[in-house]
Amino acid sequence: MSGLRLLPTIARLTLFEALRRRTLWALVGLTAVIVVLTGLGFEYLVTQARSHGTRELQLQVGVSQVLILCAFMFSFILAATAAFLAAPAIAGDIESGVLLAMLARPLGRGTFVVGRWLGLAIVVGAYGSVAGLLEIGAMKLASGYGPPDPLGAVAGLGAQAVIVLTVTLLLSSRIPAIASGAIAVVLFGLAWGVGVLGGVGAALGVSSLETVSSIARIAFPSDGLWRATIFTLEPPAVIAAIGANRSAEILQANPFFAGTGPSPVYLAWCALWVAALVGATVASFSRREL
Amino acid sequence: MTTMGPAIETVDLVKRYGRTTALAGLTMRVERGEVFGFLGPNGAGKTTSIKLFLGLARATSGGGTLLGAPLGDREARRRVGYLPELFRYQSWLQAREVLALHCELAGIPAPDRATEIRDALEIVGLADRADDLVGTFSKGMQQRLGLGTALLGRPELVLLDEPTSALDPVGRADVRRIIRAARDRGTTIFLNSHLLSEVELVCDRVAVVDAGRLVAAGTLEELLGAGSVRIRVTGLDPAARATLARFGPLTDEGDWLAIGPIASERIPELVAAIVSAGGQVHAVEPGRTSLEERFLGLVERGRVG
Repeated sequence: MSGLRLLPTIARLTLFEALRRRTLWALVGLTAVIVVLTGLGFEYLVTQARSHGTRELQLQVGVSQVLILCAFMFSFILAATAAFLAAPAIAGDIESGVLLAMLARPLGRGTFVVGRWLGLAIVVGAYGSVAGLLEIGAMKLASGYGPPDPLGAVAGLGAQAVIVLTVTLLLSSRIPAIASGAIAVVLFGLAWGVGVLGGVGAALGVSSLETVSSIARIAFPSDGLWRATIFTLEPPAVIAAIGANRSAEILQANPFFAGTGPSPVYLAWCALWVAALVGATVASFSRREL
Repeated sequence: MTTMGPAIETVDLVKRYGRTTALAGLTMRVERGEVFGFLGPNGAGKTTSIKLFLGLARATSGGGTLLGAPLGDREARRRVGYLPELFRYQSWLQAREVLALHCELAGIPAPDRATEIRDALEIVGLADRADDLVGTFSKGMQQRLGLGTALLGRPELVLLDEPTSALDPVGRADVRRIIRAARDRGTTIFLNSHLLSEVELVCDRVAVVDAGRLVAAGTLEELLGAGSVRIRVTGLDPAARATLARFGPLTDEGDWLAIGPIASERIPELVAAIVSAGGQVHAVEPGRTSLEERFLGLVERGRVG
């Protein structure tokens, strides 16, 4: 177990790197601007709607849809952040030569990979949580509507980012940093696109599209977690109304709607998927010649 | 601490990258406490050898030991310092923080780290830049920092891969001083270099590699052989001059006599013989085959052969 002695050292180094580099602070600044602007937007939207006599349930549906749209935008920002933080975490250190001096020490390659993953997951998780909760808080303040499970929503967004960072780190153990980040972002986008097609397939009864989408959600679970995030942001009254109305199946085609939450089995699969990919990264990097 | 056996020993070490052979059966031994110069032209396999010692790359075949453990052994690496040829450290850390990181990685006990860091900064002349970001350092300063990290914790073995490539003459002299001081403390130094004058000045033993093969190894005396001497003499008649041939092949150049090869310890005896024969000695210039001449000869011979 002496190999794990340096795990906190590498995780801490990764955290420190993210803080010392200006990228993260730039993102934090931009996020603050987005939160303020969307908060003002929500406030304007709700004031206008109420002045026109919009019913409260309609308002809740409208506000929750805008919030889901914000979450969608934020999930892309978070995924891109995860990809571009993780892309150089191994490849960049190999390319620059920083790793030569470090790995000549009694530092195992497995410890380095897991430490890097842990540090990045903390950075992305912390950034995602703070930014997500701020956005939800701003919306609640402006409109009076709060999603039923804000912590679940933030966890869902964070989990998507962890999926992206995990696959980026695996790629980073073998291919250059820029390519790793770009491929991971493309995979994330593809997964979302296939998920949308799956919804269309479900609405129109095209089972082959549904099957492809289900396989994609298992192979690359970011879209499955995005659907889980949507579910946590929808008003319970809307879910209940749709659950009682079979004709509402057409809503499945809406990429910003989820009729059900994730099953515990699916969440367990996501955790297993991450663990398997981290293990694959360790194996891949251990065989890499420096 | 293991004190028995060589610092490094390799047996028929082979490393291939695809069709390229970087090392073609390296067998050599580095004794403890010596400064060992590892010479060779670019692409000879010097850096590859170090990477194999440290487990940064894996041998295709063959093997060896590092401080008594198999090459690349993690625990043995605790007792090794390394300055890579490509010396890069986290640009967003201060010099002091880089050293603190390497203290932690090397497993140096926490109470000793502050002293280790201070000493390392002093030794490499970076004490006044300790709190500056590495990203603001010149290449030479980064190489000095790398040397400081390699010396942390007083390792038993220090592997230096081209340690003066970015340094000015003052920096090079500093590195020689640092190497000698480390040797005096009993540290084994493995100096990978193609700066032959530098190797000649500090190394106890030398190995020459070319195209992945060892072409010569030994002490500098063994490699360079006996030198020669030129002496400016007046007042010596031809018969007396001829008797000096007993010291070695003699070339009469008028006021100058050249004798060589001759063992350096026989030069005082030669001078005494000239004086006792009535000659007046105005100048004595010992000469020796330079390491560069010998190196070029070895590499050339290996390629022709």
